[in-house]
Amino acid sequence: MMKNYEIVFILTPVLSEEQMKDTVQKFIKILKDGDAKIINEEQWGLKKLAYPIQHKSTGFYNLVEFEANPELIAKVETEFRRDEKVMRFLTVALDKHAVIYNERRRGGAFNKPKKEEPVA
Amino acid sequence: MTLQNEPINRNNTTKKYCRFKKNGIKYIDYKDPNFLLKFVNEQGKILPRRLTGTSVKYQKKVSQAIKRARHIAVLPYQGDSLK
Repeated sequence: MMKNYEIVFILTPVLSEEQMKDTVQKFIKILKDGDAKIINEEQWGLKKLAYPIQHKSTGFYNLVEFEANPELIAKVETEFRRDEKVMRFLTVALDKHAVIYNERRRGGAFNKPKKEEPVA
Repeated sequence: MTLQNEPINRNNTTKKYCRFKKNGIKYIDYKDPNFLLKFVNEQGKILPRRLTGTSVKYQKKVSQAIKRARHIAVLPYQGDSLK
């Protein structure tokens, strides 16, 4: 049974643009290898954190939405824990309302939360 | 001077309502800090239902969303003068 999920993860700001993209691609590949269907991926860029994590005040925010078997989640989460470049991640199982909300959000049906200006 | 308290006119107080039920909001996005800020006080604490009027069903979702937002550093765990 496939379920909808989304993962938000924060990468350290010490990475170069290229390293960051590689890391994101790495995780996407892990998902794809696990037969997940990627629905959406977003990069919010370098954003200011509300509080410091690992003595850093900014981070690269990334969002991936996908459909996958629940067994895959534990595997993906171990990969996130193993990678030192990931400062924080959050996996959320989406219910039916969330799926509708995300579709509308992607379509830009309502004002998307204003993206903060990338810092430096 | 009497010991009896002055009667309070309770008719002019407007009744609180649940904004989610009223506006038909089904899902609360934890990625949207500007919206979630309506449900925390200046220190970043979650406001109780008796102040916001939110129904039990949606208060649970609000608190869940705020806690998720805190985890991904979109909202602070504690702060001062958030508003």
